[in-house]
Amino acid sequence: MLYICAGSVLAITLTMVVAMTQSSWLSIKEFGLGFLVGQVWDPVKGEFGALPFIWGTIASSVLALIIAVPLSVAVAIFLVEQAPRSLARPLGFLVELLAAIPSVVYGLWAIFVLAPLLRIYVQPFLQSLFGWLPLFQGTATGIGLLTGGVVLAIMITPIITAVTRDVLEAVPVTQREASLALGATRWETTKIVLSNASSGIAGAVILGLGRAIGETMAVTMVIGNRPQISASLFDPAYSIASVIANEFTEATGDLYISALTEMGLILFIVTFVVTGLAKLLIMSVANRNLPQN
Amino acid sequence: MGNKIEVSNLNFYYGKAQALYDISLAVPEREVVAFIGPSGCGKSTFLRTLNRMNDTIPSARVDGTVTIDGRNIYAPDTDVVSLRRRVGMVFQKSNPFPKSIFENVAYGIRINRIHQNKADLAERVEKALRDAALWDEVKDRLNESAYGISGGQQQRLCIARALAVQPDIILMDEPASALDPIATQKIEELVVELKNNYSIVIVTHNMQQAARVSDKTAFFMLGKLIEYNSTQKMFTSPDEKLTEDYITGRFG
Repeated sequence: MLYICAGSVLAITLTMVVAMTQSSWLSIKEFGLGFLVGQVWDPVKGEFGALPFIWGTIASSVLALIIAVPLSVAVAIFLVEQAPRSLARPLGFLVELLAAIPSVVYGLWAIFVLAPLLRIYVQPFLQSLFGWLPLFQGTATGIGLLTGGVVLAIMITPIITAVTRDVLEAVPVTQREASLALGATRWETTKIVLSNASSGIAGAVILGLGRAIGETMAVTMVIGNRPQISASLFDPAYSIASVIANEFTEATGDLYISALTEMGLILFIVTFVVTGLAKLLIMSVANRNLPQN
Repeated sequence: MGNKIEVSNLNFYYGKAQALYDISLAVPEREVVAFIGPSGCGKSTFLRTLNRMNDTIPSARVDGTVTIDGRNIYAPDTDVVSLRRRVGMVFQKSNPFPKSIFENVAYGIRINRIHQNKADLAERVEKALRDAALWDEVKDRLNESAYGISGGQQQRLCIARALAVQPDIILMDEPASALDPIATQKIEELVVELKNNYSIVIVTHNMQQAARVSDKTAFFMLGKLIEYNSTQKMFTSPDEKLTEDYITGRFG
């Protein structure tokens, strides 16, 4: 029975891959591997290339992680190690609540609050400090890769925080006491707790990354939806999930639909590869001294 | 010899529940004192008042005084971090850090900045491991995980870790209760050996262990100190009927 349940996971995955490959066969045959590196997306001329979308997806997700991981770990440390219980409980509940908000709500909030905020305050500030970097050149419109990355960061912070908090709480109290008993300060003891929790925190980060890569609505609403690869974070970009959501219902012609399905297949592969790489990276820097169960 | 620790009229509460009642006793310098008594009698709680480990429990409250070298450790100006450096602790379950064997012992030295340079650090780690009678067993695998050695070795590693910061006092909370007889014997030999340089307080469930390693024994029951005498007297002709009943196995 359990084998059947476990097998169903594999079966679903395989069915999806097969079905998606089948319906994107037209596009695969037409463009071959060139689809992956093609930079033009022109449905009218029937020319389709996925690279700008792959770029937009990965760049916005990485940006989100850069912002969200330090923030989440800091919040989790505060909740577990520092905050008095009367504060940690409601705050922890709030974090869990944030994780449950639908992404379209985040998207609306990003359009009406986050984008103007970034346009008026953050982007000019970044430009005045780091304007010599290509990353921060261009027109500050408030809509673009940066805003997409920030809204993703806000969306994955609750998940990473909640999981990290649970992982930190699971560190045996004997580890904390051992450190304190040696004359360690609170912060030194926190570092011991973190080294115990490192693999769990890595898992939390991968969970967040997975959500960031696949996130559709909120990103679509603020990333600008223009298929281009630009060095500037202020310029609009496009993500794989967004282009599928935006164009699938309006796609005319078999090749167009087929190309969009192939995008879905690529998203599948990108998720697979990126989380795989993240796991490899984590394994290579992991704490080899943790007890082996 | 003088007294290292003097406790007078100590009461301890978890919230509203009182766990220790009016305890007074003295731990002499360079002797081993054993705490015995049935489970839940407060002996571990009492042990943890001696390095203020109970501070980590939010509802815990203490009154009375504990003086170490004549200073009340519950005085408001006490630096708890440096207190704990002077009063080492070994726990019931061995709890090495997820670090290498070397780094486990080096941890306390590093955070307290005891060492002068790298060579000095290595020397101190070696000395602590030798003092814990572990050096010969681990000298070739110092960079391996501390979880790769046996339970008994891990517990001696924890003792080495405690010794490395050069405490005056070592508190041991049932240090051998999770170990097999041979590993237990090693720990006991070590305790007797360490007595030459440290004052040691050991909580134990094992009465033979108390009889073998300690100079004085305190018997606790229901949060009260029933009797505190030389180990010899406790195990041959105790003053209290309760002590005799417990030691001869009539209850507990």
